[in-house]
Amino acid sequence: MNDTTGFYELVVNGKKREVRDSWVGESLLYVLRERLGLMGSKGACEQGECGSCTVLLDGDAVCSCLVLAATATDSEVVTVEGLAADGAPTDVQKAFVEHGAVQCGFCTPGLIVAVHHLLDRNPDPSAIEVKEALSGNICRCTGYGRIFAAVETVVAIRKGAGK
Amino acid sequence: MSVHMPTTVDEAVALLADNPGARLLSGGTDTMVEVNFNHLKPETVIGLRRVESLRDYRVSSERIEIGAGVPYSRMETGPLADALPALAAAARTVGSPQIRAAGTLGGNLGTCSPAGDGLPVLAALDADVNLRSPRGLRSVPFAEFMVGVKRNSRLADEIIESVSIVPTRGYQDYAKVGVRNAMVISVASVCFVHDRNTASVRIALGAVGPTIIRAREAESWLTGQVDAAATLPNDENIASEFARRVAAEARPIDDHRSTSAYRRHAIQTLARRLYIRSTK
Repeated sequence: MNDTTGFYELVVNGKKREVRDSWVGESLLYVLRERLGLMGSKGACEQGECGSCTVLLDGDAVCSCLVLAATATDSEVVTVEGLAADGAPTDVQKAFVEHGAVQCGFCTPGLIVAVHHLLDRNPDPSAIEVKEALSGNICRCTGYGRIFAAVETVVAIRKGAGK
Repeated sequence: MSVHMPTTVDEAVALLADNPGARLLSGGTDTMVEVNFNHLKPETVIGLRRVESLRDYRVSSERIEIGAGVPYSRMETGPLADALPALAAAARTVGSPQIRAAGTLGGNLGTCSPAGDGLPVLAALDADVNLRSPRGLRSVPFAEFMVGVKRNSRLADEIIESVSIVPTRGYQDYAKVGVRNAMVISVASVCFVHDRNTASVRIALGAVGPTIIRAREAESWLTGQVDAAATLPNDENIASEFARRVAAEARPIDDHRSTSAYRRHAIQTLARRLYIRSTK
């Protein structure tokens, strides 16, 4: 039994992180940002509609605002900060920059996580599969065209690299 | 507030017995919205994500059993989707990929919103809801489980363990109307199941009444018109009259998502569409 009352440990981006003196009703998003200082995941709707807080929880892309942080104690959490092992931008992040897929940038971390999640499972998605996979990430600036172009570029580069 | 993370159903049942009124938490897609907006501050939460047995499903020719913790993403494709195309169709319409990776059938049943996408499917398939308590296992037909808007007949010490479905033979599908394609709560929805084994047609309506509605008069009218042991006839008149009768059994209201008149119209259109699709 794991009775959590204010102190618990999370595994975030491969590291054990202690959460102390917190209210255990806090969402994973809140804990990541306010307790652990990981500001990459963004909070907007707090109800799972915008996708800007997307993280990987045991390999699944989920909205961290809808995860009760204290229930994630035995899970692997990966945030946008943890995607690149060495801190350099990933191929997805580079492609977003090159294509101008970032305007205000608020939705970008969630989209980056969602694109990594998609391409790790499906390295050659169709256009409709890309749209479906990113349908939970709302962007109000770009109109999505440049985001889809960035994904296409990553797919092409990864295919080339695999040959 | 305390959070418990049991790893077995028995442990979860014991925790619930020791903490009456504890909030059972599955995917979090309903509960956490309430918590985030300060509408809910539960004393005790029993998280069910670590209970492996709840995340299993079994498909056989006699019986399909789906654990309450199976997320929608696992209903969209794979053996469950092959066995229950209507459930797969409904699962694909839930929220976004992120929501479908978290949300579960058990959570849908626990919340029991009339707009819950899994519920018309369970109603049309005559599913049983299996509830576990210190007294053992109790099975309740879906029609007796959902008793009102966000109200069900789960007893305070019961945990929703699984649903059981007898496989059907024939067409089944789910269709829904909302304001857009993704991230949308149902304005009206229909699950249509044709079972040639029992020569029956079953149609369940979502978001147009306090509970999921089975249009039973329309069902029996239709089986009186056609041979339901065979493929249904591609007959425009039958389709239209069936859809008219289905819509007459809806009990929609006006609210922030739509109007009663539009919802009834949508039900008629969806019922007709699914009937015609079933004949092809």
